[in-house]
Amino acid sequence: MAMIKDKETTTSIPRKEMADYLSPMARGIKPSGIRRFFDLVSARKDVITLGVGEPDFTTPWHVREAAVYSLETGKTQYTSNAGMPELRGAIGQYLNDQFAVEYNPADEILVTVGGSEAIDLALRALITPGDEILIPEPCYISYSPITTLSGGVAVGIETFAKDNFKLKAESLQAAITPQSKVLILCYPSNPTGGIMTYEDWLPIAKIVEENDLIVISDEIYAELTYGSKHVSFASIPGMKDRTILVSGFSKAFAMTGWRMGYACGHTDLIAAMLKIHQYTVMCAPVMGQYAALEALSPHGLEEKDRMMESYNQRRRLVVKGFREIGLDCHEPEGAFYAFPSIQSTGLTSEQFAQRLLEEANVAAVPGGVFGLGGEGHLRCSYATSVAQLTEALDRIGNFVAKVKQGS
Amino acid sequence: MNELQLKVLELLKEDARRDAELIATMLDRSIEEIKQVIAELESDHIIVKYATVVNWSKVDDEKVTALIEVQITPERGRGFEGIAERIYLYPEVKSVYLMSGAYDLLVEIEGKNLKEVASFVSNKLSPIDKVLSTKTNFILKKYKQDGIIFEEHEDDHRLIISP
Repeated sequence: MAMIKDKETTTSIPRKEMADYLSPMARGIKPSGIRRFFDLVSARKDVITLGVGEPDFTTPWHVREAAVYSLETGKTQYTSNAGMPELRGAIGQYLNDQFAVEYNPADEILVTVGGSEAIDLALRALITPGDEILIPEPCYISYSPITTLSGGVAVGIETFAKDNFKLKAESLQAAITPQSKVLILCYPSNPTGGIMTYEDWLPIAKIVEENDLIVISDEIYAELTYGSKHVSFASIPGMKDRTILVSGFSKAFAMTGWRMGYACGHTDLIAAMLKIHQYTVMCAPVMGQYAALEALSPHGLEEKDRMMESYNQRRRLVVKGFREIGLDCHEPEGAFYAFPSIQSTGLTSEQFAQRLLEEANVAAVPGGVFGLGGEGHLRCSYATSVAQLTEALDRIGNFVAKVKQGS
Repeated sequence: MNELQLKVLELLKEDARRDAELIATMLDRSIEEIKQVIAELESDHIIVKYATVVNWSKVDDEKVTALIEVQITPERGRGFEGIAERIYLYPEVKSVYLMSGAYDLLVEIEGKNLKEVASFVSNKLSPIDKVLSTKTNFILKKYKQDGIIFEEHEDDHRLIISP
């Protein structure tokens, strides 16, 4: 008769909790404040959402079709690590035409998996543990955690509504220490819609030069400026070699899900980033690269202009709407976000966003999640239909009136 | 036609219920200016009508539309105008286009059923003096009309909150 093993008796040594296996680094990263809010919103029905950080356009059909065609014709292999040469060429041409910055497609342009990968690569390539990374806030939520992952120390620099959330030279100067190494810029800004003009950049460039900083300039919203054309930090005299320009196709070309981005910079920096890129992701997905190439065709650029005009119309609508409701709203000159102040209601941004959701069924992101200077504001994306925006403004108006009456 | 007029037309084409105030805000102009632009477009018959795009197949399954290719002999002095008018005055006729190519007029006809359209062609259209031939094409399904896609596939697939 065969022995039957008793499961109970073969149990091994008491196990640790799974979380105990995680590195201190992974454990140390805080979950995004947006995540918690996402769970709250997801539980509800018929919510009008102003919380979406992406265009409401579907990728133009001819761009999608280019990807379909690439699959049909069997273009399913790895590409060059840095991205297809013709795509790098098109990116170089495009940047030169639009923003007067010149990069050699051979060794100064790297195609990445979204702008996010480019930022990660840049920080990993630059940071020696202990380096301080200067980050104007409120800002996109990833910079600080990625800095931490690379062993850097994130140093926030507060920007203010009274300055239209521009980075001021005195604030930057005050944050600099001997450990300062990198300045991360994101203009036009998510979440504030703030932009920097040529004149705004000059004193910043001077400080960067004097303190021998490297700049990672996330210009993913470069195409979305209203009234004045975007000025790339790399185009400021003397700044090109100090700057890693990061951008991508997500916002301007309505291609968020494709994850197509790029980094441009000095060949030594790009070469180091390329090394990390080739060991981690090999290359950006090939079908996305074909789609991106089509997006940069004359037809694609026309579609982009059409979308920009539409954002601008909706931007005017929401800014006027917020002001009529009685919420201070600085003029957002870029991206597709308005960042009104909700301080007059006496609520924190978290309380405001949560009550707005529960009492008016409108979702927007509390400004506090975007770091210093974000508290007291609400990020409202106007990349949604005019009908939805009008309805959302009505609901917010009623809600604010109710709150101000003290109920 | 200036740029402002074009932008007003585009906004109204998307949604004819938009009022002057909304359009003024979206284009950063005064309400009076937009009201005047719209009034001019109306009086110049550039804005012909504010109508609703209806997906009739959801209302009445039997209803049919046909596109009829019509060959005609033009009339001396009037060309195609007189015959086109004789055709487009019928209420059954939804649209009439003068075409280049193998035939002259493209006539869109709507009827309660196949029989009604067939009877219009044989009793009204074909007998018109100068009409040489007709070729009737029934529309089986409308996918897109005036830039508007009828299938409901343009849902918002975005996450409701994203950074």
